[in-house]
Amino acid sequence: MRAEPNTDKQRPVVRFFRSLPIRRRELASGLLALLLGGFVPLIGSALPSAAQQPMPAAQPLQVNILYLSRQYDEPAPLSLTEKVVTDKGVQGARIGIEDTNRTGRFLSQNYRLSEAILGLDEDFKAKAKAALASGANLIIADLEKPDLLALADMPEAKSAVILDIRTSDDSLRQEDCRSNVFHILPSWAMRADALGQYLVWKKWNRWLLITGKNPPDLGYAAAVKRAAARFGAKIVDERSYAYAAGSRRTDTGHQQVQQQMPLLTQSAPPYDVAFVSDESETFGDYLPYRTWDPRPVVGTQGLFAVAWHRAFEEYGGTQLQHRFEREVGRIMTERDYAGWMAVRSIGEAVTHINSVKPADVRAYLLSDKFGVDGYKGESMNFRTWDLQLRQPVLIVDPTELVSISPQEGFLHPKYLTDTLGFDQPESKCRLK
Amino acid sequence: MHATRKFLSFVLAFLCLGPLLATASMGQAEAAMIFVTNEKDDTVSVVDSQSLKLVNTIQVGHRPRGIIITPDKKDIIVCLGDDAQLAVIDAQSMKVKRLLDSGPDPELLNISPDGKTLYIANEDDSLVTVMDYKTGQVTQEIPIGVEPEGMGVSPDGSIVVATSESTSMAHFIDTKTYKVIANILVDSRPRYADFTHDGAYVWVTSEVGGTVSVIDAKTHKIVKVIDFEIPGVRPELIGPVGINFTTDGKRAFICLGKANRLAVVDTSTYKVIDYVLVGQRPWHAALSPDGTKLYSANGLTNDITVVDVASLRAEKSVPVGRLPWGLVVRP
Repeated sequence: MRAEPNTDKQRPVVRFFRSLPIRRRELASGLLALLLGGFVPLIGSALPSAAQQPMPAAQPLQVNILYLSRQYDEPAPLSLTEKVVTDKGVQGARIGIEDTNRTGRFLSQNYRLSEAILGLDEDFKAKAKAALASGANLIIADLEKPDLLALADMPEAKSAVILDIRTSDDSLRQEDCRSNVFHILPSWAMRADALGQYLVWKKWNRWLLITGKNPPDLGYAAAVKRAAARFGAKIVDERSYAYAAGSRRTDTGHQQVQQQMPLLTQSAPPYDVAFVSDESETFGDYLPYRTWDPRPVVGTQGLFAVAWHRAFEEYGGTQLQHRFEREVGRIMTERDYAGWMAVRSIGEAVTHINSVKPADVRAYLLSDKFGVDGYKGESMNFRTWDLQLRQPVLIVDPTELVSISPQEGFLHPKYLTDTLGFDQPESKCRLK
Repeated sequence: MHATRKFLSFVLAFLCLGPLLATASMGQAEAAMIFVTNEKDDTVSVVDSQSLKLVNTIQVGHRPRGIIITPDKKDIIVCLGDDAQLAVIDAQSMKVKRLLDSGPDPELLNISPDGKTLYIANEDDSLVTVMDYKTGQVTQEIPIGVEPEGMGVSPDGSIVVATSESTSMAHFIDTKTYKVIANILVDSRPRYADFTHDGAYVWVTSEVGGTVSVIDAKTHKIVKVIDFEIPGVRPELIGPVGINFTTDGKRAFICLGKANRLAVVDTSTYKVIDYVLVGQRPWHAALSPDGTKLYSANGLTNDITVVDVASLRAEKSVPVGRLPWGLVVRP
């Protein structure tokens, strides 16, 4: 497939999209209404009447999805070539709504996204409770772990379907799993396994592990150690990077980095790759070309494992990339993909069951009938033991698709993708 | 003794081969030519169906995928996805003689039985473009679901069935009014639609769903969903795409993508008779003019495989360009 990263030379293709009754404005007004505490009229009026009506209904089945997030502090990318993006996730969900409505208009179903992106100074619990109380029960959660768990544990959320599009934290799929929280993005374990399989296939079995100091860095590092043990690789040494991120813009900065990185990696036992665990993105991008020994960098930077990347256009991926860029005006990030995928998952369920009752949606998402097309060339569904989306994982560097895991030869009795992450027998998740 | 047997078998072989050779040499003047689009190479490979040798490589434009031959067998039309154009290749001289503006990202196309009208799936634009082939003028744009691809034309030309991959639907379009008269939900990622020879049924492959839906062309009801099960092959690797009905209409060959096989289905019982192992990731296939051979385009092994329709044996693979996508055969 030709990867045509260039979108400038795109054809004048907007006509059909523009002419469709896309709900951008409605989305905006929905958001406004919600922030003003107006979720009640939005959901309350449409939902009960439509839910009971059989097809074909004069009144379309109204499918209301709440996008719940907060304005968390996110570090700017170290690289100046990367844009600072503040609307990751929600833009993907919006495209997902457009796509799903395209099917919906043939089936008399109307999907609508209400967006609630709360400030950090706002009372999250109170706002979330209010939204739940007013009927929101299909929820896309772009939330960090504490907020996600706070939401999931509210009594009002007991029967809700919550789709987590932000975290990769293994604990949320293990001991802290919840029966109302589905996870769209690959976990750290899945990512480390995806990379690990590729490295083992390459016979690059000796890894020098370099870890940041934040809890997520340690979480990912634990997944790397697990992958090494599973696939027979060896962690020859472990180093820790202790500096804080600092500013990405400095007048003279490269000299220090040029000195620091060799220091961090010198006198290591023989190794094949530097495996960096820097989830907080504070130094990983500084490692390539600066290690003491000439070795490739893999992990959270260098060669990394993701659900989605601009360099990926296989299995029809071109279309999603183009649709997104045309509508949003920037490239589709991994969290956008997760937002899109969350809407598509709900859409796929509702298309088939024609019901918006969360219990029905949940049952269908976990049934063997469910399968969603995520442009990975195969049907994807959820693991029943921890509600994690099964998926092939892309192995990429900043500009190219390098491979897709699971790799050839890593076998599993049921799903090859279950060679990535925690399989049922190892799962500590007990869904209640 | 040994030598005699060898001699005898030689004579026998000659006697058997004689008539074959004769027909072969007779056919030589008008050997069928297999035209294969190579998505990655921007070319069309031409393979002689008798010698099975590559005889020509035609530079066509960017991202060639869908390919058809006109009913009069004079022109071969190729979708150039990244150029928003169709290339018309003269089937005899093998030269590109015409370029037509197709609308954005044409992926697959079909032509009316009278050869006058082209139906083009604009994958990136949720449209079916209808074009007058003679003038190259776009006469209609029909909005359907997201990512149109499959484009089946009924034998009498009155109905076109377009599939939309992301919407998972088969859209029935009346070619007199250009109205969508039915939208049928099928399994995920429907990629190809084709009418049975008698026009009674439409078969639609669902690549991600892993099934083929058989739709009654009159009632628009799904009468059968065909599943595939191959020992030793993961269900998620079974991705049905191309459909070819045998000349007598009794069997259908379904290209199964990453399962690296063609399924052979009985069209009356809908039972799978056999799976034929070919190259990797066959998406489309084409029958020889006499209906005795089927050629599959194998995307990941960069070759085409010749399958004998009667014995269901894969006979030979022939290297072509990179990422072969679809093919047609010129008699």
